[in-house]
Amino acid sequence: MSRVRECRTPRPGVWGAAVFLVLLIAAAVFPGLLVSGDPNGTDMLAALQGPTADHPLGTDANGRDLLTRIVHGARPSLLAGLGVTALSIAAGTVIGLAAGLGGRIADETLMRLVDVVLSIPTLMLALLVITITGPGVFNTVLAIAFFMVPKYARLIRTQVAVIRRAGFVEAATSLGLTRVRIVLRHILPNAFQPLLALATIEVGAAIVAVASLSFLGLGAKPPAPEWGAMLAGGRDYFSVAWWVAVFPGVAITLTVLSITVLGRYLQRRLEGRPA
Amino acid sequence: MSEELVELTGLTVEFGTTRVVKGVSLTVRSGECVALVGESGSGKSVTARTLLGLTGDGARVKAETLRIGGRDATAFTERQWREVRGTGIGYVLQDALVSLDPLRTIGKEVAEAIRPYRTASRADIRKRVVHLLEAVGVPEPEVRASQYPHELSGGLRQRALIASAIACDPVLLIADEPTTALDVTVQAQILRLLGLRKRTGTALLLISHDLAVVAELADRVLVMKDGVIVEEGATEDVLTSPRHPYTRELLAAVPGEHARGTRLSGTPGVPQRRGEPGEIVIEARDLVKTFKGRPAVREVSFRLRAGETLGLVGESGSGKTTTARLVLGLLDPDAGSVEIDGHDWRGLTRARKRELRRHIQVVYQDPLSSFDPRFNVRRILDEALHVGGEPKESRIDRSVELLEQVGLDASILERRPLSLSGGQRQRVAIARALAPRPRVIVCDEPVSALDVSVQAQVLDLLADLQADLGVAYLFISHHLGVVRHVSDRVAVMKDGRIVETGDVESVFTDPRHDYTRELIAAVPRLPDPSRAAVEEEVPA
Amino acid sequence: MSRVSKSRTPARHPVARRTLVRLGASLLVLWGAVTLAFASLHLTPGSIEDTLIGQSTVTPEVRAQIVADYGLDEPVHVQYLAYLGRVLKGDLGHSYQLHDSVSSLISSQAVPSLQLTLTGLGLAAVTAILLSLLTAKRSRLLRGVVSGLELVGISVPVFWAGILLLTVFSFQLGWFPAAGGDGFSGLVLPAVAVAISVTALLSQVMREGLETVLEEPFVLTARARGLSDLAVRFRHALRHVLLPAVTLGGWLFGLVLGGLVTIEMIFSRQGLGQLTLNAVTGKDLPVVMGVVVLTSGVYVVVNILLDLLYLVIDPRLRGAHEPGS
Repeated sequence: MSRVRECRTPRPGVWGAAVFLVLLIAAAVFPGLLVSGDPNGTDMLAALQGPTADHPLGTDANGRDLLTRIVHGARPSLLAGLGVTALSIAAGTVIGLAAGLGGRIADETLMRLVDVVLSIPTLMLALLVITITGPGVFNTVLAIAFFMVPKYARLIRTQVAVIRRAGFVEAATSLGLTRVRIVLRHILPNAFQPLLALATIEVGAAIVAVASLSFLGLGAKPPAPEWGAMLAGGRDYFSVAWWVAVFPGVAITLTVLSITVLGRYLQRRLEGRPA
Repeated sequence: MSEELVELTGLTVEFGTTRVVKGVSLTVRSGECVALVGESGSGKSVTARTLLGLTGDGARVKAETLRIGGRDATAFTERQWREVRGTGIGYVLQDALVSLDPLRTIGKEVAEAIRPYRTASRADIRKRVVHLLEAVGVPEPEVRASQYPHELSGGLRQRALIASAIACDPVLLIADEPTTALDVTVQAQILRLLGLRKRTGTALLLISHDLAVVAELADRVLVMKDGVIVEEGATEDVLTSPRHPYTRELLAAVPGEHARGTRLSGTPGVPQRRGEPGEIVIEARDLVKTFKGRPAVREVSFRLRAGETLGLVGESGSGKTTTARLVLGLLDPDAGSVEIDGHDWRGLTRARKRELRRHIQVVYQDPLSSFDPRFNVRRILDEALHVGGEPKESRIDRSVELLEQVGLDASILERRPLSLSGGQRQRVAIARALAPRPRVIVCDEPVSALDVSVQAQVLDLLADLQADLGVAYLFISHHLGVVRHVSDRVAVMKDGRIVETGDVESVFTDPRHDYTRELIAAVPRLPDPSRAAVEEEVPA
Repeated sequence: MSRVSKSRTPARHPVARRTLVRLGASLLVLWGAVTLAFASLHLTPGSIEDTLIGQSTVTPEVRAQIVADYGLDEPVHVQYLAYLGRVLKGDLGHSYQLHDSVSSLISSQAVPSLQLTLTGLGLAAVTAILLSLLTAKRSRLLRGVVSGLELVGISVPVFWAGILLLTVFSFQLGWFPAAGGDGFSGLVLPAVAVAISVTALLSQVMREGLETVLEEPFVLTARARGLSDLAVRFRHALRHVLLPAVTLGGWLFGLVLGGLVTIEMIFSRQGLGQLTLNAVTGKDLPVVMGVVVLTSGVYVVVNILLDLLYLVIDPRLRGAHEPGS
């Protein structure tokens, strides 16, 4: 009882996460509202300056203001995260439903395929694809999305398989409902419920994966104001300018943290009633 | 001789802001058996755990006096409590499947309770374990000691649990619902085992929701309700001449031979209305169903008429539920046939099957899992009415009508089942089953999860609905008292077969089959005069 | 309804069947990975010889050798079968850029990577077990702080954890070498970087598991026998929470393997990660294909081991029941 109540009222952390995400979305949509400068405007006289009043987060080796660049970096990160998640959920759902509701043969075939893809770390697979297609932002997003598909496919299939055997589905059957109605009214909505929370959390994972590839020089290229690429571009200066190493990473971590906190909150709320 | 082992006065326990125990006093003397009886939420288990210093996380415990073995326990340290646990007081919980660590052998579990554990040699401990298992009647104790809980039957598990509780020869054994999850014949064995402990001088504190279970064993009974002890006295006095209205209500609510044909709730003893059996609505012929080579149902045949109740009784694994699913057309039999209203499930198209399903509805033991968690009561009933062909406009009115029929208020329409009580949920389930105006309702253990007073109300409701609507029930239960109360005819199942069938009175008073006799003998009984005491209250 | 009520002689054959099924599934996974690698070769735009050669220049003799090696003048299905046969024999192909066979390249780089992986995982496992056992169901404050730390640990990208450790402990404090560094001192920072997210994930799962297990009736029974709280946690509860931890094991292993690429680059360590990264940037497809096949093989082996571990931990799975899902 108290558990249920506990997750009804958001804790301060959840509010913090929500506020941060609102700021982030604002930065992604209207970066000009938050910072005025040009993210790529160099000023060699102000290179590698520590945090000051002019440059709250310091400058990089080309004298570009880090705060401006980080704010502008919100858009590619969020777009990549959302893009990856949307693509992989769409494909994963179709495959998962086909496996869960189709016959035994469809189920076995699709799930073995899923097993194969799941047996190799996402990053490795993305690297394989990039070797073939060559580096680039679009390619990384596509590669990561492709390999996140199995996760959703498996989740949806498991959900469908469990819910198919749930008491309320048998009750609906013995009530005399049609199969189509049972699938649409009872199985699907309940199967999708946990997906929402997982998807939220996976947006964070996708952002990290895209940033990692950019850091490796396989996604966005260094002059671009992308968080992973900013870290890659600053690599040679970490020993003399800590802020170059710290702030872009803080941006990624806070983003992922906020998304995770909100996702968990959502999950707890949904689980507040038994499945 | 009879010293006080436990002396407790003025116990209050609070969890957060709710007070679950309000001023309970309890004494257990050496060699006696005290029973603490109450329905769920009465605070009986919490009281028992307090005697072990294990009330629970976040509990605020206050007691005027708490003396254990003559020592003041109100200020016991954790170390002192641990000395009491096991050696002074042994503790047996219900359902040994979850009360024994599933990842360890029962030998290890019993050994863990032996003291001093560290100084004894391995061989010594092994010998002690085997001896203890033997003492509680576990056959082949050497073999059993190296088995895991899931490899043993419920009865053996419960015995192993008792063995671990008596490993250090405690002077008091607390048993919290020790037989609740067990079949009735096994329950009788465990009760005999506890009786044996009592005769060897161990004091017993029995916690139970079932007055009949404690009736034979207990010297004194304490009846608990909402954290308060409402009545206390010698077992016979309490059971035969209860003073408190709640005790009377509890006793009256127990179904069984004495209450046949009368109401259990409200004003007990009032005769039930009954209809006359009509045409045949279910005809099951020679049903056979095998799962993976294991026969679940073998050659089961029976017949059910409109307005009649057929009780299907048997212990767990006897094939009752499989039979129900065959009858409902949810499973196809390997051989044999089921006709509903003269229509055989076999060879029907999907659409015709759906049509036929309206005629036969079902009420499950666990109503909560039979409702879509996203649906509220209005949507649950709306869907059932949709199936029954009710036009959209009149569905709300019909829903309200159905709720009234099952004794619920229209105000719960917008609530989700999760926020309803167990009794309310079962009423909603019954309303849903009634919605398509069925000829038969299959009731699969419909009252097994309910407290006895709620069970009484639901059983009365089912009887009223039958009288009003002429609906037939296939009533499945492991509880002989319930079956005897509700059924016109009864079929006894064992290992997938119907071993005996007939008119309910003749089966219960003159059982032909050995198994039926064994079952009936195993049912714990209340002393008969309880009925007399109640009947005095009711003007003839 | 149906409960196992009769005691059975412990049947061996369900375990054997389960193992066989698992082995079959593993072979399928391996076969799938090899096929995927082969398919990627053919999906790459341009001629296959060029793809295999990558960015290096070769003599016409070598080019002819490649065509012969891969049977490129044969139909696709013959090429495929030949490739399968070579992989079965342990021949993962030849890197024309590095002038070495892929298997020998991999085996020369495997040791440092394995060291890092095992150290990181071991560190994570020990920390997570202690953290979860000591904090589950303790005071709100303690749990709040630890679960907050866990959330941060999960959110920190592995590569940034590495950068941060490098900046603080090598550049600012000078406690550990910034690059390379053989032996233990060079292993500490990379291992910690790898372990952070794994620790956070494991500890979270195990703590949640513990909080459920400690509510179970058998825990109450054990306490009623006179066991101390700590003894209950270590003797009873720990085994129960190892189950979900083992379930996560295969996935965590993959997480660490993926993390190797960035971590080895940041700390300038030798290893499979570096090999892969160089191959990807240099378009050295034979090496990338080899690594993909190898990773899949490692995953399969790890999962079989975890499966056996499952059987050791949970006796219920040794019975006739279907493997728990």
